[in-house]
Amino acid sequence: MYQNYSTNDFRFISLLKFKQMQKTYYDPADLKKFGKISEWNEELGKKFFDYYGKVFEEGALTEREKSLIALAVAHTIQCPYCIDAYTGDGLQRGITKEEMMEALHVAAAIRGGASLVHGVQMMNKVNKLDM
Amino acid sequence: MITKSLHKRESELANSKRQLEILSNSIFKSGDLPMFASKIAETNQFPLKARKLEILQINVGYMCNQVCEHCHVDAGPDRKEIMTKETMLQCLEVIKKTKSHTLDLTGGAPEMNPNFRWFVDEASKVGIKDFIVRSNLTIMKANKKFADLPEFFKSHNVHVVSSMPHWTRGKTDKQRGTGVFDQSIEALRDLNAIGYGMPDSNLRLDLVYNPSGAFLPGSQSSLEKDFKKTLLEDFNIHFHNLFAITNLPVSRFLDYLIASDNYEDYMYNLVEAYNPAAVENVMCTNTLSVSWDGYLYDCDFNQMLQLPVNSKAKHISEYNEELLFNRDIVISQHCYGCTAGAGSSCQGSVA
Ligand code: SF4
Ligand code: SF4
Repeated sequence: MYQNYSTNDFRFISLLKFKQMQKTYYDPADLKKFGKISEWNEELGKKFFDYYGKVFEEGALTEREKSLIALAVAHTIQCPYCIDAYTGDGLQRGITKEEMMEALHVAAAIRGGASLVHGVQMMNKVNKLDM
Repeated sequence: MITKSLHKRESELANSKRQLEILSNSIFKSGDLPMFASKIAETNQFPLKARKLEILQINVGYMCNQVCEHCHVDAGPDRKEIMTKETMLQCLEVIKKTKSHTLDLTGGAPEMNPNFRWFVDEASKVGIKDFIVRSNLTIMKANKKFADLPEFFKSHNVHVVSSMPHWTRGKTDKQRGTGVFDQSIEALRDLNAIGYGMPDSNLRLDLVYNPSGAFLPGSQSSLEKDFKKTLLEDFNIHFHNLFAITNLPVSRFLDYLIASDNYEDYMYNLVEAYNPAAVENVMCTNTLSVSWDGYLYDCDFNQMLQLPVNSKAKHISEYNEELLFNRDIVISQHCYGCTAGAGSSCQGSVA
């Protein structure tokens, strides 16, 4: 562990991490740069972030409930940035891992159900074609 | 679950110099993140200056019945640093003449100091407006001799500030040890039973929340709402306010951050959440911290990092409010913990 680290080791490890990350499509550090998308289109970028901010404000639903919905949706769309962001957000709000996992099962149930419910279509087709 | 302090384990991080080295190395030395001094200089807030003293915080010893994983004091049953009666007498002289309105006793578990009750007795006679004791709750259940602490606090009109990391057993016990949650709930019930924390009661009972991991606390007011709702619904427990406190990268929390490979990300998060408005009210601007051996520090964190006050008056025996006024605060990168988001102090958020 750190016992044997010198300053140079720390720097080397940072560099190593950086190099490794560059070889993948997703870099956790990119999440922090999300705001930069406004640089190439300020008007739409601003509109988006204003909207985003407003959506997550307390309304008929609490901020806590919205955070759990966001976490579930993040897993449905399998967005690593959103999973990172809303897991952290949940922890900060004191949301427990049990609550997070239940939210995910809701997402998984809907996702699985969405596949399975199409089975009715398959069954209809089979019933129509099969003698 | 850890059972021994870093000191007892002879860990390298028991050495404050090594901690300070780490806090100035790697990401800060390479310039990836700015040093705290240059960050506050951007908004002309360097050097940080001490204003009027309002809170005198006395650490009466590092001994504790718990060994919490995040403890910045590195407290535990194996710590032997305990304030002597002599030093307490010197503190009392200061308490009599200070203009501060709050006296704040902390530790370790302050109740474990053999002269704790005598000291509280004497100090309460001075008539300071707000007399706080930071109690970890489980101490009241640790041993029969501590069972009457709620009554003792009540008879001295002590303001009790207690740590409670989460409203669920799982999260609490993970940070503070098995059984801590149930014992804390029992202690809170005892306090409520004699009036502490009850709505409209003058017997103040506040709770301290700090995150059980490498993340920052959420909004203090929403956490307070959640704590109040759950503690009331599930356990019929009342309290007054919740203070949300950020874990500073000092001592055992620093050790945890490094060992869990969270150190760099955590420092990035702190720096990213930097809030100049919080700098304005960091607690060192109105607080003075006294260590078990009577030395003076800008705050409890600086005490643990062995960064003494930048003043001619270095010891409680040389205490002089004029000399200490307007002193330059001694800072390092751990200070980012006080300025992230809504800021953090022993009294919770500051911005
Ligand atoms: S955090 Fe408090 S209760 Fe826990 S070990 Fe440290 S001093 Fe003791
Ligand atoms: S760690 Fe201490 S010195 Fe640094 S900002 Fe916080 S209170 Fe002030």
